Amino acid sequence: MYEILKKQELNEQVKLMEIYAPGIAKKAKAGQFIMLRIDENGERIPLTIADYDREKGSVTIIFQEVGKSTIHLGMLNEGECLADFVGPLGVATHLEGYRKAAVIGGGLGTAIAYPQAKALKKIGCDVTVIAGFRNKDLIILEKELFDITDKTIITTDDGSNGIKGFVTNILEDKIKEGEEFDLVIAIGPLVMMKAVSQLTKRYGIKTIVSMNPVMIDGTGMCGGCRVKVGGQTKFACVDGPDFDGHLIDFDLAIRRQNFYKKEEQTSVEKHRCRLEGVN
Amino acid sequence: MPNMSLHKVEMPEQNPDVRNKNFKEVALGYDEDMAVTEAQRCLNCKTRPCVSGCPVNVAIPDFIMKIIRGDFIGAYETIKETNALPAVCGRVCPQESQCEQLCVRGKKGEPVAIGRLERFAADYFLANGASKAKKAESNGIKVAVIGAGPAGITCASDLAQMGYDVTVFEAFHKAGGVLVYGIPEFRLPKAIVQKEIDALLDMGVKIQTNMVIGRIKSIDELKQEGYQAIFIGSGAGLPNFMNIEGEDLNGVYSSNEFLTRINLMRAYEFPNYDTPVKIPEVAAVIGGGNVAMDAARCAKRLGAKEVYIIYRRGEQEMPARLEEIHHAKEEGIIFKLLSAPTRILGNDEGWVTGIECVEMELGEPDASGRRRPVVKKGSEYTIDLDTVIVAIGQSPNPLIRNTTPNLETESWGGIIVEEETGKTSKAGVYAGGDAVTGAATVILAMGAGKVAAKAIDDFLSENKEEKRL
Repeated sequence: MYEILKKQELNEQVKLMEIYAPGIAKKAKAGQFIMLRIDENGERIPLTIADYDREKGSVTIIFQEVGKSTIHLGMLNEGECLADFVGPLGVATHLEGYRKAAVIGGGLGTAIAYPQAKALKKIGCDVTVIAGFRNKDLIILEKELFDITDKTIITTDDGSNGIKGFVTNILEDKIKEGEEFDLVIAIGPLVMMKAVSQLTKRYGIKTIVSMNPVMIDGTGMCGGCRVKVGGQTKFACVDGPDFDGHLIDFDLAIRRQNFYKKEEQTSVEKHRCRLEGVN
Repeated sequence: MPNMSLHKVEMPEQNPDVRNKNFKEVALGYDEDMAVTEAQRCLNCKTRPCVSGCPVNVAIPDFIMKIIRGDFIGAYETIKETNALPAVCGRVCPQESQCEQLCVRGKKGEPVAIGRLERFAADYFLANGASKAKKAESNGIKVAVIGAGPAGITCASDLAQMGYDVTVFEAFHKAGGVLVYGIPEFRLPKAIVQKEIDALLDMGVKIQTNMVIGRIKSIDELKQEGYQAIFIGSGAGLPNFMNIEGEDLNGVYSSNEFLTRINLMRAYEFPNYDTPVKIPEVAAVIGGGNVAMDAARCAKRLGAKEVYIIYRRGEQEMPARLEEIHHAKEEGIIFKLLSAPTRILGNDEGWVTGIECVEMELGEPDASGRRRPVVKKGSEYTIDLDTVIVAIGQSPNPLIRNTTPNLETESWGGIIVEEETGKTSKAGVYAGGDAVTGAATVILAMGAGKVAAKAIDDFLSENKEEKRL
């Protein structure tokens, strides 16, 4: 069993948890993910590793309460345990050899962009962080990002934090101002990663995106997580989750993300009914 | 006097129109009278051809004679001597191409129903017997087994009986491998698999779930941790696709995904279990093996109105067990033989709407000895549907080979081993089952696990003192 060592609310819908999993903490690298199952009836859900503490033996996950499993997960408390926690899965992000990077986080994706920015900074790369949120209430990890670099820009779609605009606008401004990025890492909603990739392609800047498709096992077995990269089928769980943003077929990924929308809705409704004692 | 009936004693089954709507076991098994009557068909011949047809050499006539005498527990114990999973093999082995194929009674009439008798003995024991699994005296030597499927379970079981300190590392949250994620409940109840796993634990074998070897630990790290030998039985986990247009549409599954959702994650009980599966309206399964039959019969049970099996050769060439083909037909699965899909059709939102196929005819035999299918010109036809399940085989999972230096593999991914021992190119590392052969059968994997256990014991028997903990 995998104990919840710490639980913290980052905003109304987003929570952080530190899970005791020393074997995984020992091996985890930025860009990898875990799969967890809450209990015997639970589904296996993939979450990217947001941080780890090898000494404490903990792995940090950050999740948004969108589906039944994440809503359920958010209700658990420190001291409680998860039935299953597997990892580290996927290939770690290849960060070496870059001089100047822009790390872009969109909403919850900021949680995954954060360890990437941290790792890049650690190996001596000049890092600019651009994190975008819908409004100021949804901002997460503001302090942590500024701790990495003062070149952090937090923007909101509605301007409620004082800086208005999409991450793509900010990134393009930076490029136009003469920032010579040799790497862009974009992590967030598919539409945001698509927009960033289209922009950087125009400027010829290498771009890595992190895909988070539907998956069952996370070890290459089910093929449910297949993505098209440069016309070739790849499995996000073993070949990714990082891919070249200029080669990913985002439209296909967006369509595949909707595969179980209806069932997810059923599951959430049933869960709510149970919570409210209707069932 | 033997029972000279030309036919096997029929095994009771759930009615096809009832069972194709539930996930309960299809075949109900013999009762004691049926078992004894069937056992009496065995001539107990001197040549014992059936034994040589068994990949794990079960002493078949001996256990059958015990059934005749009413010693059902004894029959089970005889099987168990060489077979770690009698209740499983009695249900899923392709007996018609193994033991039963060589049975003398099969020359005129049907062979003795060895599989059904094996199942009877095992079920009788599970219901009435007390596990005699006892811990062998430990020799203190640590051995790691990767993968808790048929190959790994057999290898672990044999090694534990020899006194080794065995730890099995399983990637999934549940032990059993293909027995839990692949083969459906209606063919192999999961409670039976669990009993076999429990027996393994009783022997002192440790099972660590949620351990993806190649990620959390490498083979070399296991060696450093003091495992003196390692058996890789990681299976054939990588699904093959056809590489035709439309395979990425929503509604197209690999058989692995479809079956794992249903069997391991119990999506047929959604939303009581959290993992969903789309309920098909009309489904087509591509392929002609046991996995294809399982997927088709699952689709039917989920409530699909029509389920097709699309296979490019004829029924004679189908690799599935005869019983599975027969059961599938009884349950209303529609067979489109000599047909090959050319593309999968979809709508603007990316959902499957149909499949286009061509008819084939059989030409000259190919390398496998089966007649090669060739396209019949102008024979295209389309089936309107919303679900396509691709069941054309699996390749070995690449995780271990990609993270283990000096482990030689074939170009298609299979680990290269010495056939008689399961020995790989890496000292102290053995492999067997689908990780070596590509997708094959439960019993062949078990046979390989057995061979490797023996070879590991031979290897470790030299300098035993030094290898203790």
